[in-house]
Amino acid sequence: MSEITERTPQAVSPSGGGPARGGSNPLGSALSVLARQREATVFVVAVVLLLYFGIRYNSTFVSQTNLSNLLSNTAAPIIIIAIGEVFLLICGEIDLSAGFVFTFAPFLMHYLIDFYGVPAWPAIIISLLFGVLVGWVNGFLTVAMGLPSFITTLGTGFILLGLTLTTSHAYPANIPASTEGIGHWFGSGAWAQFVWALVLTAIFYLVLNRTKWGLHTVATGGNQLGAREAGIKTGRIKYGNFMLTSTLGALVGLQTAFYTNTIDPSAGGYQPMFYAVTAAVIGGTAMLGGQGTIIGAFLGGIVLATLINGLNVAGISANPLNIVFGAAILLSMIANVRLARLRAAGRE
Amino acid sequence: MSAEPTPSPATTGAVADASGDVLRVEHISKRFGAVRALHDVNLHLGQGEVLGLLGDNGAGKSTLIKIICGFQQPTSGKIILEGQEITLKSVDHARSLGIDTVYQDLALINELTVYHNMFLNREQTRWSLLSNRRMRRTAQEQLDRIGVDIPSVDAEVAKLSGGQRQAIAVARAVTSNAKVLLLDEPLAAMGAKEGAMILELVKDLKQQGEVSIIMIMHNYGQALEVCDRINLLQHGEITFDKLANDTSVQELNDIVIEEYRRALLERQQQEGQQSA
Repeated sequence: MSEITERTPQAVSPSGGGPARGGSNPLGSALSVLARQREATVFVVAVVLLLYFGIRYNSTFVSQTNLSNLLSNTAAPIIIIAIGEVFLLICGEIDLSAGFVFTFAPFLMHYLIDFYGVPAWPAIIISLLFGVLVGWVNGFLTVAMGLPSFITTLGTGFILLGLTLTTSHAYPANIPASTEGIGHWFGSGAWAQFVWALVLTAIFYLVLNRTKWGLHTVATGGNQLGAREAGIKTGRIKYGNFMLTSTLGALVGLQTAFYTNTIDPSAGGYQPMFYAVTAAVIGGTAMLGGQGTIIGAFLGGIVLATLINGLNVAGISANPLNIVFGAAILLSMIANVRLARLRAAGRE
Repeated sequence: MSAEPTPSPATTGAVADASGDVLRVEHISKRFGAVRALHDVNLHLGQGEVLGLLGDNGAGKSTLIKIICGFQQPTSGKIILEGQEITLKSVDHARSLGIDTVYQDLALINELTVYHNMFLNREQTRWSLLSNRRMRRTAQEQLDRIGVDIPSVDAEVAKLSGGQRQAIAVARAVTSNAKVLLLDEPLAAMGAKEGAMILELVKDLKQQGEVSIIMIMHNYGQALEVCDRINLLQHGEITFDKLANDTSVQELNDIVIEEYRRALLERQQQEGQQSA
């Protein structure tokens, strides 16, 4: 058995070299620690990309404006939604509607403040609670009605998009004046969104790895029947994770509105959601349930943002970027599948 | 065929007369529409006893187990746990009363470690955070105490062998304070070495005498080796109840061969009538 334990998939070195064992030198032991982590691959990729763009386009890439743009405005929205998607993917579900909660939430805030005279804070809180409600509906349709979550959230996503376009007549709106002070630390401050992303990553890392909720989420996705037999209320776990994801979608929608200083009906949609799922997948979260990492999704978000931002700085058109993304998804998925096979082989 | 009920053997010093039984099943019948799955089944289980439940496929073993574990309700009859009649509403309910089942398709979570599986839904926490160190240590102690040998409680269950997984599942049920443990073919699909490990585990549990066990088994040799008493189910009825020491593989084989012979004869007669 001991040799099987050593042959864990995580023990495969990400750089292709032999796993550095017997850490007599500090670098070797650091590498072997790194190699055992599921997040190792995406960590190495993130570092390599940052170094590449940092050295090659030194003055523009490493400028403070660009770094805050990269981390705060490009990476953070991806990371924050990805946190929710990781929880959902682990328990065997997905949320395609998160990006449309993103679109509608700031409009809701605008309607409440400008049309109904609600003060800024309650309006923001109600907009976030709207995310909770959408998550509940997604949970209800998936758990109680038995729809696949792919279909559920495809449907609720369209409804939300229609709701946004109908109520806004597809015109952008201005940020309500009463939110000015709040908006600063919510999203318009240079590093605000990145700080949110860091804090949320830390919190939900703990939730996933150190709480009953996280353990039961893994159990639900790993073996739903078994989890139920142990008395875990798997339906409740799914409701909760749908609610988490939608709420994070609403949060990012509000943040982006504050940052761009406009409420735009074309913001959000499928793109941020698909970026988030991409970040989760290249971070090492399997689509089959039972496995996933928050740190990996965080790093995945950094990788995506670095590509988006770096190619932009390099003056390369955004069009071929999608080719890179597609390849990244496929490569990381192949890696995931291979790891699963190694795992299965280790069982013999 | 001998069907006289024998008194439960005293395995751990406790005198197991009728009132000392931890579990009694009385006059249980179960019908699925026109199909009679169980008919007037009586079964008793003494404290610390290991009862082997044998029988052909379709004889009603699984139905009986499902009724005792709360998964199905009997059409008629009583279940008495420690002298009190109980009506089991669900598997959860049965478990809360101390009747726990280890299924063939194990309810373990592959992606979690051994100790997280051992504590699944009974996790120890401190300030809402999992006390992993405490659970790990307790799991190790519990496994050592009941003699389960695995490489590490930190291993993911996916990396364990079938026998090791079965052992973890049994250990989990035992450590959740089960009084009655139902094992549904614990040795199915297991090699000799693995099977021996589970038999050893059951023997250890028997010696400790804290939990009483009903095992569905197919291999008579193994059943006689580990069980105190053997019950045989045929066509939904218990037709045989003897102490393991008072019977033999030969006797059990003869009964079953007899059953096959009779089935074959009936079939030939039917065919004869049809052709006549």
